[in-house]
Amino acid sequence: MKYQTQKIAYWYFLAAMAVFAVQVLGGLWAGWIYVSPNFLSELMPFNIVRMLHTNALIVWLLLGFFGAAYFLVPEEAEREMHSPMLAYIQLGILLLGTAGAVVTYTFDLFHGNWLLGMEGREFIEQPVWVKVGIVVAALIFLYNVSLTVLKGRKTAITNVLLLGLWGLALLFLFAFYNPANLSLDKMFWWYIVHLWVEGTWELVMASILAFLLLKLTGVDREIIEKWLYIIVATALFSGILGTGHHYYWIGLPSYWQWIGSIFSTLEVIPFFAMMSFSFVMVWKGKRDHPNKAALLWALGAATVAFFGAGVWGFLHTLHGVNYYTHGTQITAAHGHLAFFGAYVSVNLAIITYAMPILRGRDPYNQVLNMASFWLMTGGMSFMTFVLTFAGTVQTHMQRVLGENFMEIQEGVHLFFIMRWVSGLAVVIGAILFIYAQLVPRREIIEPTDQYESEGA
Amino acid sequence: MTDQTSVLDELPGDLMIWVLIVSELLVFGAGLLAFLGMRAMDPAGFAADQAALNRVAGAANTIVLVTSGYCAARAVNAFDHSLRAMRLWLAAAMGFGIVFLVVKWYEYAEKARHGIGIETSDFFTFYYLLTGFHALHVVAGLIIFALLMRWGTHRNLEAGAAFWHMVDLVWVLLFPIIYLVH
Repeated sequence: MKYQTQKIAYWYFLAAMAVFAVQVLGGLWAGWIYVSPNFLSELMPFNIVRMLHTNALIVWLLLGFFGAAYFLVPEEAEREMHSPMLAYIQLGILLLGTAGAVVTYTFDLFHGNWLLGMEGREFIEQPVWVKVGIVVAALIFLYNVSLTVLKGRKTAITNVLLLGLWGLALLFLFAFYNPANLSLDKMFWWYIVHLWVEGTWELVMASILAFLLLKLTGVDREIIEKWLYIIVATALFSGILGTGHHYYWIGLPSYWQWIGSIFSTLEVIPFFAMMSFSFVMVWKGKRDHPNKAALLWALGAATVAFFGAGVWGFLHTLHGVNYYTHGTQITAAHGHLAFFGAYVSVNLAIITYAMPILRGRDPYNQVLNMASFWLMTGGMSFMTFVLTFAGTVQTHMQRVLGENFMEIQEGVHLFFIMRWVSGLAVVIGAILFIYAQLVPRREIIEPTDQYESEGA
Repeated sequence: MTDQTSVLDELPGDLMIWVLIVSELLVFGAGLLAFLGMRAMDPAGFAADQAALNRVAGAANTIVLVTSGYCAARAVNAFDHSLRAMRLWLAAAMGFGIVFLVVKWYEYAEKARHGIGIETSDFFTFYYLLTGFHALHVVAGLIIFALLMRWGTHRNLEAGAAFWHMVDLVWVLLFPIIYLVH
């Protein structure tokens, strides 16, 4: 650890991993409800379990992004963070808000209250007071990070990271605008949901990947930056108007069908570029970094993101296809692999890279960590295939043959069982990962030969 | 690594403008393919709607835009010996660009007078999307040229002219496919 304030990242990563555990356990629970629909339904209805599963995901990914920023910004800017105190206050606000949201969801407290009750819009259900807390935390974060960058060295990596994080925070402001017209409500809702995951988050992901590859492969910064700019340009070019692929059937003019289809098809390009970038950098790299697990996660992130976000996204993005597949298990398949590949994996990559450094140790538990990679990636891939098959059957039976929804659910029951088993593999992988990060045992990978590591 | 950068470094202007140009060509290319696909499904409807277009205006605009492209190319060449000549050529390019937009405006107004809009039919959805997007790029090009008047370097001018030629090229593809071919 070069800078003392990088230590802030440690607490963010710990919090992120804790919420990660909650998220995957929630997923396991929700998955079981598909297998056995009345499971504990009196205690926790499916919609609440699902809400916890998706919101915990968003929260821990954001905590991971913040942690990543606190880890890489001092190193890139070559100076300490402006204020560690503010960073810890920010973490406190976020955790308090998360706890408040969870309790409010679970018991549906203050139902209907404009300030304290949950708001009911998917992903942005948080009570208004939590939303205000999120904005305050985001402001503190942006102030802290921007000031550090402004006073220090400016690199492409921090520029792109800041662009992504500023965009992310500003777009969240649409959460406060809730028009009575449902079409308009949905239209603005996508300004957050879509422009996060297919816009600003991609920038954050690309800059974290670039930072990791810079450190792990030792390729010249100049080359990394050129790739980074290409990825950012293609991501924004395709992603912004790509929002149109959510406007097909919500009451907006029909020309969105063509704008959405064409631009969102091009969204494959930045993900393909990220994958090519990662492999080319590793291929050209002259450094033999001892943290092989971090490299595995980085390459895995870029690859699975390409398939999950790129290929599985394209699968149902054309409006002629989406007319039939909209809201089927195809969407669930895409959602799982895309989030896992792009944002979960890149977070686990930076955590894997940073944790040993933050704790002042050599990279430990490499084999365990890599085993967790294959368990999680294998489980998630299997789940994606299973859901894709279920979605295909569902699309045909429901949308083409016009059969009853609940009867089809019976018909694809076997797929839901297999999905649960693959989910179990992911949960075991996640627990292994957290264990591998927190409980160092002994060195498994031999320290690399000095001569080799300098790439002579 | 050097072999990888050298090819890209030979591009006139900036690498990023070429990333943009390729992206734009993909979008317009996909739009035109979609247009042709939809036309194949309804040839009669498309032919009837196409007859309502003003071909003379489209042809005139083709000449206007290609001439503007010529002026932009001259501006890049002029930069090395005379800043004044560069600005004059650039101003000429902008003038033709504005003429293009005026003609376009006249076409749109004429359609509106006949009650034709973007939702009128599939043909007109594509007509407005493709020519509308293209017209927005003409506006963007004019803004770029205005900036180049003040901050023109050889590299910037090359990038700006490359963008403008892309706008040219797209029109040269749009005009025959949307206005003429049936």
